[in-house]
Amino acid sequence: MYNFEFAKPATIGEAVSALSSEGAQALGGGQTLLPTMKQRLAAPETLVSLTGISEMKGVCLSDAGEVCVGGATTHATVAAEAAAHYPALAALAGRIGDPAVRNRGTIGGSLANNDPSACYPAAALASGATIKTNARDIAADDYFQGMFTTALDEGEIITEVRFPVPEKANYQKFLQPASRFALVGVFVAKYADGVRVAVTGASSDGVFRWTEAEEALNGSFTKDAIDALSPPDGDMIADLHGSAAYRAHLVKVLTGRAVAAAG
Amino acid sequence: MPKDHGIGARSKRREDVRFLTGTGHYTDDMAMQGQTYAVMVRSTVAHGKIVSIDTSEAAAMPGVLTIFTGEDFAEVGGNPAGWLIHSRDGSPMREPKRPVLAHGKVRHVGDAYAAVVAETYAQAKDAAEAVAAGTVIEELPAIVDLAAAVANADNRVHDEIPDNLCFDWGWIEDNREAVDAAMKSAEHVTVLELVNNRLVPNAMEPRSSIGEYHPASGEYKLTTTSQNPHLTKLLVCAFVLGIPEHKLTVVAPDVGGGFGSKIYHYGEEALVLAAAKKLGRPVRWTAERTESFLTDAHGRDHVTKIEVGAKKDGEIVAIRTTTLANVGAYLSNFSTATPTFLHGTLMAGPYKVPNVYVNLKAVFTNTAPVDAYRGAGRPEATYSLERAIDKMARELGLDPVEVRRKNLITPDMFPYTTPVALQYDTGNYQATLDKALEMADVAGFEARAAESKARGKLRGLGLSTWIEACGIAPSHLVGQLGSRVGLYDAATVRVSATGTIQVMTGAHSHGQGHETVFAQVVAEKLGIPEENVEIVHGDTSKIPFGMGSYGSRSLAVCGSAIDRAMDKIIDKGKKIAAHMLEASEGDITFENGSFAVAGTDKAKSFGEIAFSAYVPHNYPLETLEPGLEETAFYDPNNFTYPAGAYLCEVEVDPDTGSVDILSFTCADDFGNVMNPMVVEGQVHGGVVQGIGQAMIEHTAYDETGQLLTASYMDYAMPRADDVPMVTVDHSCATPCTHNPLGVKGCGEAGAIGSPPAVVNAVIDALQRGGYAHVTHIDMPLTPSRVWAAMRG
Repeated sequence: MYNFEFAKPATIGEAVSALSSEGAQALGGGQTLLPTMKQRLAAPETLVSLTGISEMKGVCLSDAGEVCVGGATTHATVAAEAAAHYPALAALAGRIGDPAVRNRGTIGGSLANNDPSACYPAAALASGATIKTNARDIAADDYFQGMFTTALDEGEIITEVRFPVPEKANYQKFLQPASRFALVGVFVAKYADGVRVAVTGASSDGVFRWTEAEEALNGSFTKDAIDALSPPDGDMIADLHGSAAYRAHLVKVLTGRAVAAAG
Repeated sequence: MPKDHGIGARSKRREDVRFLTGTGHYTDDMAMQGQTYAVMVRSTVAHGKIVSIDTSEAAAMPGVLTIFTGEDFAEVGGNPAGWLIHSRDGSPMREPKRPVLAHGKVRHVGDAYAAVVAETYAQAKDAAEAVAAGTVIEELPAIVDLAAAVANADNRVHDEIPDNLCFDWGWIEDNREAVDAAMKSAEHVTVLELVNNRLVPNAMEPRSSIGEYHPASGEYKLTTTSQNPHLTKLLVCAFVLGIPEHKLTVVAPDVGGGFGSKIYHYGEEALVLAAAKKLGRPVRWTAERTESFLTDAHGRDHVTKIEVGAKKDGEIVAIRTTTLANVGAYLSNFSTATPTFLHGTLMAGPYKVPNVYVNLKAVFTNTAPVDAYRGAGRPEATYSLERAIDKMARELGLDPVEVRRKNLITPDMFPYTTPVALQYDTGNYQATLDKALEMADVAGFEARAAESKARGKLRGLGLSTWIEACGIAPSHLVGQLGSRVGLYDAATVRVSATGTIQVMTGAHSHGQGHETVFAQVVAEKLGIPEENVEIVHGDTSKIPFGMGSYGSRSLAVCGSAIDRAMDKIIDKGKKIAAHMLEASEGDITFENGSFAVAGTDKAKSFGEIAFSAYVPHNYPLETLEPGLEETAFYDPNNFTYPAGAYLCEVEVDPDTGSVDILSFTCADDFGNVMNPMVVEGQVHGGVVQGIGQAMIEHTAYDETGQLLTASYMDYAMPRADDVPMVTVDHSCATPCTHNPLGVKGCGEAGAIGSPPAVVNAVIDALQRGGYAHVTHIDMPLTPSRVWAAMRG
């Protein structure tokens, strides 16, 4: 790790100001950034920790009934506090990493990093969530722009994520045996106006919606509807842990299981 | 009622108090006055010519004290191979020099070609980056694939070795023709080609070394993560740096796991000593985890074709194997012994096979050196054999259990000499097989399989009946076979004036529990409380010259040396007692800590005799020296042969290829058991490592020699939820016939016996589930691989 300056602002305004300086880098829970820095693969001049901003922490319900998660809220907090409102989301948060990761890592950090194997992008995209930043609101459909790429501008901070609560939902995660990130993860959410299916881990373009499955499930929200489909096309990741064909196959299997589990 | 003390008691591991409370004393914990930090500069390419190294910029950086390159060690010795192998044509193996720092060429990713020593770790890291930036390496094509390495004479890991071949070994060469003939006339021949996957040892504590030098006395001290400090000392002094052996102390303090990887001497140990001398200050180095992945000696990595010739009824008539074994870029200390005498000699397994021949070619590649890893050669032999026998049974339509039973050596046949030169002293392989079948409720398997099927899952059962050879010896025999070291061990038993005991052992405990178990052995024999016995190990200035711990030898060899030293203590005690009790020495008995005159009530306690030895007022000084301290060196006259039967039950999810290991059952024969709890723990750990190899662990290099699995993001280690409860039994014991404790060794068994049981179970599940075309899947059996195999 190289030397760096450290700032821990107490408000969003102070954080935005600190991040405007050259070489500044926002720090959420540090579960990706700090290991990268330890290996000297990243060398920010200043780390701006977002974990001291109380207005960015916690889970609540909006007047419209959305689950609102502060950008600096840890996975463990979401697992505990969203359980009553959005069980599938809470269950997803409760299976990220291990207890140490869940008590440090944050939703804002995960979404800003947009690792192609991370869990949260699947929940946000399948839920049609709104990513609120210090500057604007971004619809999930516009937010994810390929692996490790998002709509965020330089220095822009995720302050809150708003999840509309579905009628039914479930997340199925198939573990990569080493990292225990999602080799493939599928989040299925059924809303009054339609079903959304988001897939993480599988594609080299990052999280994506499997629209064929959505259409089939709009017709019949059953596992049988998925069984009739071919696995999704697309630029699937092929690596030591699974071929492209295997990942595509898993997308289909996990989608069917998510539908069955969502009930 | 179970014993609560001495041999056979489940005494709690005394070392765990410090390990579990954070008060262990590991190398990297030790702060030294005036210490400095070394950082190695490592190759980022697998194969390259070092064109130039410009250290001037780095040398001028803050805190930098000195910089070494390969040039600085060009005139000193290399790190040698500990075992000379001869090829089938009688020629000696090729032994390229393994220098302290790479010189001229770099030969694997992670090969260190320079080292920086600085006041702080961060300064050394910064300067190491500057050295790397000032270095020009002309990249050469990497040699990674074994078959291609042998086939391509132009591309060479070592310029002087044209076909990248270290040796081409036949065991036993005289068997070859008979085996060929038997195979040719066999009613059935099963052929199986398999890969024994390469593993990274992954000790929890990374390697770490501290060098010290005292100019006034010329004495050196090396504190290091070693499984055998005396061996490291010998290698550093006699082969690498030429330090007079009496001027170097090597200390291996608490060591957090080794699994073989810390047997060997590594260049960093010589580097910190040379740097300490140059600077007159302590120099420390600790591997980062990435360095562990890149430079700890890896394990396994065989590509094998095994043929089993059999009669239609399953009786095996011949076994022939042809193997390419990867030794990596340089010969690590036991890299030549592991695939040969620890592998080929086990190819008969526990079976009465008349004809066995093993051919093995050891191949240099641009990868990290490969050496012994828990089991060392024996897991490779067991895996080949147990997979092939399972396949043979299936091809002949026979029950794998019955095929094994038909071929197992029977108890009346011991001592039994195999066609590959071992003499098994004792065993009862039928007993462990029957025990395992009973424990695993094999009778109820079909009902369980039906229940799985109802849930859409495929259940399977896999067996392995394994044997290994531990406590490698005797020294004169291994010497004839090419070993360059002796394989005895040593112990000093020092009785204090108050009757408490220190045992200085040549064994080294890096997790095994020697401090507890050796104390139990001593307490039992001398009739004293365990807590009155302290085990001292790991410091060459304190312990006699022993060979350390590996190959499940600690109790069988080092424990036997302790036993022999205690014999001497008792003999001397009898002389003292005879004098004190005014009896003749022949009439003195020793039992339960009491020296007594046979047939009388006259007796002296162990403590009284000890006191008399050190305060010799009433003592036969004219015929006996005072004091009560004895040393014994013990050189076994044979290996020990633990054996057992392992059963694994799995469930395969046909939708995803996921394998769930439902149960794992071990019936082992370890001979006499000193502490059942410690033995169970050793088997649990070994089985988990074996399951890791079978299911998820995998070391992959790409075609350019880059290690793809260089972190825990890609190298999967088994976790608690990857493994079932492991059920163990060691009641079917046939004590070793040639060591005083009757013990055989248990450290490696789990890692040897388990991989074939797991793979056999998965193949069984798939066969039963209708996937008849799946006769083999190479480890690790990840969901992706199982699914692909099912797809065909």
